[in-house]
Amino acid sequence: MSGFSQIMRRRAESLVELYPERRSALIPLCHLAQEEAGYLSEDMMRDIADLVGVTPAEVYGTASFYDMLHTEPVGKYLVGVCTNIACLLQGGGELLEHAEEKLGVSPGGTTHDGVFTLEEVECVAHCDKAPAVQVNYRFFGPLTDETFDELIDDLSVGKYEGDVPSHGTLIRVHREVGIEVPMEEIVAQRRESDAAIASRKAALEAAKESK
Amino acid sequence: MTTVSEHVPKIVTSRIGLDQSYSIDTYLATGGYVALRKALTTMTPEAVASEVMTSNLLGRGGAGFEVGRKWSMLKNSPVRYLVVNGDESEPATFKDHMLIEGDPHQIVEGTIITAYAVGASRAFIFIRGEFALGLERVQAAINEAYRYGALGQNIFGSGFSLDLVLHPGAGAYICGEETSLIESLEGKRGYPRIKPPFFPAVIGLYGAPTIVNNVESMSNIPWIVNNGGAAFASLGVGRSTGTRIFALAGHVNRPGNYEVEMAKMTFRDLVDSPQYGGGMRLGRSVKAFIPGGVSAPWFGPEGLDIPLSQDDVAKAGSMLGSGSIVMMDDHTCMVRAAWRITKFFNRESCGQCTPCREGSGWIEKMMRRIENGGGREADLDLLLDACDNIAPGLSWPPAQTTICVLGPSIPSSVVAAIKMFRDEFLIHIKEGGCPYE
Ligand SMILES: Cc1cc2nc3c(=O)[nH]c(=O)nc-3n(C[C@H](O)[C@H](O)[C@H](O)COP(=O)(O)O)c2cc1C
Ligand code: SF4
Ligand code: FES
Repeated sequence: MSGFSQIMRRRAESLVELYPERRSALIPLCHLAQEEAGYLSEDMMRDIADLVGVTPAEVYGTASFYDMLHTEPVGKYLVGVCTNIACLLQGGGELLEHAEEKLGVSPGGTTHDGVFTLEEVECVAHCDKAPAVQVNYRFFGPLTDETFDELIDDLSVGKYEGDVPSHGTLIRVHREVGIEVPMEEIVAQRRESDAAIASRKAALEAAKESK
Repeated sequence: MTTVSEHVPKIVTSRIGLDQSYSIDTYLATGGYVALRKALTTMTPEAVASEVMTSNLLGRGGAGFEVGRKWSMLKNSPVRYLVVNGDESEPATFKDHMLIEGDPHQIVEGTIITAYAVGASRAFIFIRGEFALGLERVQAAINEAYRYGALGQNIFGSGFSLDLVLHPGAGAYICGEETSLIESLEGKRGYPRIKPPFFPAVIGLYGAPTIVNNVESMSNIPWIVNNGGAAFASLGVGRSTGTRIFALAGHVNRPGNYEVEMAKMTFRDLVDSPQYGGGMRLGRSVKAFIPGGVSAPWFGPEGLDIPLSQDDVAKAGSMLGSGSIVMMDDHTCMVRAAWRITKFFNRESCGQCTPCREGSGWIEKMMRRIENGGGREADLDLLLDACDNIAPGLSWPPAQTTICVLGPSIPSSVVAAIKMFRDEFLIHIKEGGCPYE
């Protein structure tokens, strides 16, 4: 086990620089860690703590609040079946039961081969295609028992490698530039513009009064 | 049926469905960044704000607060922030998702114009973590905007500069609540802050005054700058101006996002019109519907003739809320529907306030028991009592005993279901199970 690789560490550092306070990068960095390690390992949490200036316990304490952050290993594919209201009305509950049967695990469980982790998820805003399923946060629907099976079988043989990347919701999110206007400079600019606004307001008031 | 005007412009969905609608080429070819240029090079910040005030644009995130009025309440301070809320997690709401994936430049342009109007030191777009493709598209749009000169130093030679940062969520409904979102953006657990004193416009991100606006709200800004606030206000009725996207889901033939003029049609028009909902699935009748997200009290079929206006829906005892409409036909088990909504709230309660944390748990357990056949008649009063403990008086809008309004939203569906379908609860209890299975 290890923390960030050289390349990832550089990406992490460039994210930290986008925020006025380092801690703001904590969650984005957790996503990077999951992209690299598949989950938030202890080593990763230690690295993140280091990068954003908090203790590893604070990283853990924060991460444990969020459904997408996993402090235990999960399968290569996170399969989330939505059973919230719009999906429920279109058979989402039944689809989840079928998914449990197909994968042989209950929600939260991972298949023996470590390929699939099943989750019952809340609305993923794909409700016009209900019942909806997400695989590593790529959306599918409406699905029937049959098309769900097809999806799983296709994933098993690697048919979706391009469309469904592995973990890390930021895996294809790359910012090209850093912060271009330092905070001190922006503050100076805004002071000037605020002063201009204030003098325009004063002029308006004066014009009104002289009438 | 009210006639649906053909002349109403598509304000926020005009590019949806175009080839590569998310690319800057498409955006520029369809009038993109014209408004930003106009605002920065020919208008003062206060002139932009005044157009938005005139438009009476109501926030599209759920609370429906006037956007212009919110901006005017921003406390003056050398450092202030703009945060755009793209966390969209209200169940059965999927309009922002479409805008984020389909027209990210429109959001970016609206954000830059807003940052100019309110003098933001830096702007952030917070996108729900699950929207992997949306995150890609918004970051790509931001990259393109920098290259085009719409972000960074001295935008379009106007002397105005701005950096815009995309920030991902990580899976928590509560982070859509503006103060929770700010906590999350600060790298913390998404615990809402108590208001007062923590109104974002006074004490927001890093303690600085902050404007939080929804993604659809931002998407309206370029049009308002191009066409003027008065043109926007001439659409709709009364306070409900402009157009709005309604996310129609559930038992209709054509679920989807529909942008329509505010207040000009009724729920029935939207559901039945062939160009929108196309009627109820299998020709069935409407048993009940949820007019504004699962935090909203339900309506029965008689509610179908209410116009899609913020004030009319409020007068009838519910809200347009997040712009989500869920139709339920006569084959729907109301106990199960209400139970599932309670389960959602129970799962998503952040746990800070006792009435919300404990109340949602008890209500969920009782509802599940009734649905599964183990309920007692006394449970109904017990349920109402538990709801009353969260939102005393069970009035609308609900009284608040908690830090944020997630808590007081829990009773909406349960109380509506019991009031409207008491018989159905009793059948579950008498027959020891769900009659719909
Ligand atoms: C529990 C809860 C969840 C919310 N979720 C969202 C959301 O996902 N997106 C959103 O824009 N607003 C959401 N809101 C409303 C925000 O707090 C805030 O009012 C809104 O972002 C302001 O933008 P607007 O004025 O442009 O509508 C939520 C509020 C609560 C109480
Ligand atoms: S009302 Fe519920 S979600 Fe809101 S702060 Fe209290 S416990 Fe958290
Ligand atoms: S309710 Fe399932 S995706 Fe919205």
